[in-house]
Amino acid sequence: MIGGLFIYNHKGEVLISRVYRDDIGRNAVDAFRVNVIHARQQVRSPVTNIARTSFFHVKRSNNWLAAVTKQNVNAAMVFEFLYKMCDVMAAYFGKISEENIKNNFVLIYELLDEILDFGYPQNSETGALKTFITQQGIKSQHQTKEEQSQITSQVTGQIGWQREGIKYRRNELFLDVLESVNLLMSPQGQVLSAHVSGRVVMKSYLSGMPECKFGMNDKIVIEKQGKGTADETSKSGKQSIAIDDCTFHQCVRLSKFDSECSISFIPPDEEFELMRYRTTKDIILPFRVIPLVREVGRTKLEVKVVIKSNFKPSLLAQKIEVRIPTPLNTSGVQVICMKGKAKYKASENAIVWKIKRMAGMKESQISAEIELLPTNDKKKWARPPISMNFEVPLAPSGLKVRYLKVFEPKLNYSDHDVIKWARYIGRSGIYETRC
Amino acid sequence: MTDSKYFTTTKKGEIFELKAELNSDKKEKKKEAVKKVIASMTVGKDVSALFPDVVNCMQTDNLELKKLVYLYLMNYAKSQPDMAIMAVNTFVKDCEDPNPLIRALAVRTMGCIRVDKITEYLCEPLRKCLKDEDPYVRKTAAVCVAKLHDINAQLVEDQGFLDTLKDLISDSNPMVVANAVAALSEIAESHPSSNLLDLNPQSINKLLTALNECTEWGQIFILDCLANYTPKDDREAQSICERVTPRLSHANSAVVLSAVKVLMKFMEMLSKDLDYYGTLLKKLAPPLVTLLSAEPELQYVALRNINLIVQKRPEVLKHEMKVFFVKYNDPIYVKLEKLDIMIRLASQANIAQVLAELKEYATEVDVDFVRKAVRAIGRCAIKVEQSAERCVSTLLDLIQTKVNYVVQEAIVVIKDIFRKYPNKYESVIATLCENLDSLDEPEARAAMIWIVGEYAERIDNADELLESFLEGFHDESTQVQLQLLTAIVKLFLKKPTETQELVQQVLSLATQDSDNPDLRDRGYIYWRLLSTDPVAAKEVVLAEKPLISEETDLIEPTLLDELICYIGTLASVYHKPPSAFVEGGRGVVHKSLPPRTASSESTESPETAPAGAPPGEQLDTVPTQGDLLGDLLNLDLGPPVSGPPLATSAVQMGAVDLLGGGLDSLIGAPSFVAPPAAAVPANLGAPMGSGLSDLFDLTSGVGTLSGSYVAPKAVWLPAMKAKGLEISGTFTRQAGSISMDLQLTNKALQVMTDFAIQFNRNSFGLAPAAPLQVHAPLSPTQTVEISLPLSTAGSVMKTEPLNSLQVAVKNNIDVFYFSTLYPLHILFVEDGKMDRQVFLATWKDIPNENEAQFQIRDCPLNAEAVSSRLQSSSIFTVARRNVEGQDMLYQSLKLTNGIWVLAELRIQPGNPSFTLSLKCRAPEVSQHVYQAYETILKN
Repeated sequence: MIGGLFIYNHKGEVLISRVYRDDIGRNAVDAFRVNVIHARQQVRSPVTNIARTSFFHVKRSNNWLAAVTKQNVNAAMVFEFLYKMCDVMAAYFGKISEENIKNNFVLIYELLDEILDFGYPQNSETGALKTFITQQGIKSQHQTKEEQSQITSQVTGQIGWQREGIKYRRNELFLDVLESVNLLMSPQGQVLSAHVSGRVVMKSYLSGMPECKFGMNDKIVIEKQGKGTADETSKSGKQSIAIDDCTFHQCVRLSKFDSECSISFIPPDEEFELMRYRTTKDIILPFRVIPLVREVGRTKLEVKVVIKSNFKPSLLAQKIEVRIPTPLNTSGVQVICMKGKAKYKASENAIVWKIKRMAGMKESQISAEIELLPTNDKKKWARPPISMNFEVPLAPSGLKVRYLKVFEPKLNYSDHDVIKWARYIGRSGIYETRC
Repeated sequence: MTDSKYFTTTKKGEIFELKAELNSDKKEKKKEAVKKVIASMTVGKDVSALFPDVVNCMQTDNLELKKLVYLYLMNYAKSQPDMAIMAVNTFVKDCEDPNPLIRALAVRTMGCIRVDKITEYLCEPLRKCLKDEDPYVRKTAAVCVAKLHDINAQLVEDQGFLDTLKDLISDSNPMVVANAVAALSEIAESHPSSNLLDLNPQSINKLLTALNECTEWGQIFILDCLANYTPKDDREAQSICERVTPRLSHANSAVVLSAVKVLMKFMEMLSKDLDYYGTLLKKLAPPLVTLLSAEPELQYVALRNINLIVQKRPEVLKHEMKVFFVKYNDPIYVKLEKLDIMIRLASQANIAQVLAELKEYATEVDVDFVRKAVRAIGRCAIKVEQSAERCVSTLLDLIQTKVNYVVQEAIVVIKDIFRKYPNKYESVIATLCENLDSLDEPEARAAMIWIVGEYAERIDNADELLESFLEGFHDESTQVQLQLLTAIVKLFLKKPTETQELVQQVLSLATQDSDNPDLRDRGYIYWRLLSTDPVAAKEVVLAEKPLISEETDLIEPTLLDELICYIGTLASVYHKPPSAFVEGGRGVVHKSLPPRTASSESTESPETAPAGAPPGEQLDTVPTQGDLLGDLLNLDLGPPVSGPPLATSAVQMGAVDLLGGGLDSLIGAPSFVAPPAAAVPANLGAPMGSGLSDLFDLTSGVGTLSGSYVAPKAVWLPAMKAKGLEISGTFTRQAGSISMDLQLTNKALQVMTDFAIQFNRNSFGLAPAAPLQVHAPLSPTQTVEISLPLSTAGSVMKTEPLNSLQVAVKNNIDVFYFSTLYPLHILFVEDGKMDRQVFLATWKDIPNENEAQFQIRDCPLNAEAVSSRLQSSSIFTVARRNVEGQDMLYQSLKLTNGIWVLAELRIQPGNPSFTLSLKCRAPEVSQHVYQAYETILKN
């Protein structure tokens, strides 16, 4: 299991050091600094073995979080734990910066004591932790016996993520379908790979321990539940989508999903990620990028890029950014664009073209002349792909929320009384076109 | 409130100041001071001197302060064991606290203090806590047992904590179960033999129930524990799998990977015919692909594991090639792993896409990645034959970029392509040679030198090229030196005249001026070979190279099976067994996949089949003839002890001779008269003495039954001369029909088809009576035996020597020519017995100048035996006379073209030399008839 946990700043100074196992000594702290943080070469692996000691590291805003072990631990678990630890810290004090870590080091030690025991991860749900680990000193002396046992049963309990006895005047829930659409396209416009990775994020303000049921237009779910006629299934089948794979928050009853394809759960209070999914079929590609690069002699490049929006004209895409890489020996760039603003950023070796808004079924274009310095570098320019960023108010996978039903038998509110909101946002993931 | 200020105090005398503050009456000030102490501790300052002062602060109802003091205690208790005792009382008291959080905190901290005296006091509170009413305390106590075991294993056993821990597996709270499982698994690892976990269907059922309810971490502990269980049969395996599969949808990647581990392991027990097996296979792919959208570090862990899974069960991800395409912004460690998996998944179906991607990658920035991409193109060429041509042209394009490391890497892989497909892509050699100067890496230089040496006959200036390398011989790495030595020797064997000086130079460099024993040894071997027997040298140095395998860097199967049991763990990331990186005996238990159960054995797992194969194969490769001889000798010889070694050595000597004979013909020695196999008995005969004669009788007796004497097969066409096709053969005559028994061996790397054979016109009109029929294509290393019926109806042309036969063999590669000599006795017809009267008349009729006399020496047979043996080869005794104690045999034989040969054989009892007089109208056959006599009588 995890033998110790260290946090370093970008210089390699130790901010937090917590040792859980006897086999990890103080020299491990230095070993990682010398061999990884101060290594001359770029890091080639997130797992490093130094003298039979293994180091797992992740970086968060220039700080290094390292877990150390001498055993054959579950590597996936260690990384999941490190991410979780970052989430927990972020939930307590925001950004994981050097300053925030120093300011909260007592709290961090307290958390580390709680979420990792002898190197075994324990309950790390922020909701539960916040009930008894707080920044404002300790309330233990003021807690009643019931409160205490409530805390412990929540921390260890079957539903470790939700507190009992929450009451809201207005029962309300928000569903966000957040998708990032990823594309790799050849210069000829052939889709090399495309997939959507989506998340359904729920913000719940519901009283008590409500039982929720979530429905979407997934093919399998619909087919399984579609007890109606063949006619009906074919009708709904038109709009249904094929989800390649999905994963759920731990509140979702997986065995029920496996047997009945129904997504039922008791939600944690406030925001959480209900599910993640991935689709690869019938993806709506909101934008098409058409590049044209011409080398004029050895010292000049002509670049023309056309972007086409491909969604309903009534919808508006936002925060559009096209990044056109330029060779390292670029000496000057002249840009002309029909819409938005374009600038050559020498430090990033790219022309960045920004458009605030763009409606569907429109087209825009940029052309640039790139002057090059003559070089004797034999190696050709690698031509990195043109990448794009945007945000559209639709789900590129085609996913639709069909229902979210709430049942709370103990309290006197029904499904109808809950105010429900749903919204769809599609963002660019890695959206690249080779040129 | 900012705590960062605690990190900045660096002044001198700080310890004293802190001491004062710690002893302050004000609570706030105390707390501040403890915080400062912890901050100093964090950055590595020694604050152990404050031990008593800090411990004094322990008695507080402020939980935050208490936790800080505990933290300090855990760090320094070991260095101050005596003073640590001061804390015991507080711990014991806290373990009784009404607040469960405090009870748990106390027992948790106590377990972390590794001081013997404290652990003694720990036992009682721990016992209570293990039975505490609050689950939070119980789950903490469960882990504490593992801590205590780490400090003092004996104590844990004596106190009976293990049994209490086992009871917790049935606890009502899932988290208590999970922690108990984790603790027990860890303790069990240090007692590999003990049946601590005692997994049985009942306890497994409990675990599976808890699996649905506990936290993500708990699920991991339980799944990892389940993976150590071996179900009793395939039905149990299936039912566990069914209950584990829902975990594949968990958001936590570690849960998914641990579930994959359980499934991969238990699948091993399921029959492949089962529907469920197929369903399970399909269910595995999507979650594995989903892992690739996790954070990069987890992707890396997932990819390393997928690499194992793809090797174990390629069918799982065979359709998912695209998800492994590299993204421009992937971290380098993800890119490299993806590339590795892409090559493993490459097949004929997706090769076009893969190649397009690889070509793209070869222009990227990261040197390692580009190198690997170039290497990958080469591996594709070797793996998917259809793509080889495109791969080679892609590599040539890359060489044109002149990027130094790309060129070098390309040359290294092209060498492998040459080896895989000989005689196919040598046209690119010229392009390679242009880049000779830019090679600065040993591997690339060695590869280039190999190419030059291997194809020396096609490169005009091979000697100049190799000579240029020779100049800095001593500065080269060993790899290059060895390769250079071999290449120059090859060159010499191919073009001996103009390279003598060069080879002497390299041999002296390697043997006299080098400190490297490997190099010296190799140098001496070549030197000796070349000076004693250049022919043998040729055979050794220019020998056929074994096939190179399609899949490179595959993990060895037993290790792979072990690593499958470690999916998700560090071992699977390093691709090494835990013993390679874990110290001591901990966690080094060797794991292996469960065997298939009886009910599924009918499906015959493919793994077991090859295991039985090798012995059979070996039997095939042993020359059966030699074996037979060896066995027979064993039976016949009186003292069995000395027999076998003698026999085997003799056989081996014979084998060497055989090789020599074959080589003679290779070098171009025009006649190759005696079938080389004749040398075997000759060699045997000398040391064995007369005991052998019976043996030979025995063999000849066998011969009578089956037809005339058959010489063992000799190599007619060595593989070297025929682009990998080796032909050996012999002639037989059986029941009046002549046939040519051929043995075709494919020693090339490609399949051979379309065989055909043709004879040149010859003295007796021998011609194939049927086409050469090789039914299936001849794949590499395969051998076929064919009996080709011959007729004597072909066109006739007198050849020199009379019995030589020129043969042309064609296959899909080329046409090859060879010539051989056939023994004349295959032409002796069965109705060659002449009437006595006619014999007498003919004998007189043939002029005396046509008579030829020969001596047959060292033939220990008597007249009876001679007569019967000759008869089996259609030499008939017409009459027999005894004159002055000598046996006179009068014999006749007829050739297929109607020529009669008359013979008088004089045998003197006790004299092993016979006199043979032959009379024939065509005296030129006499010589060959005499040879036939010799062959028949001496074999």
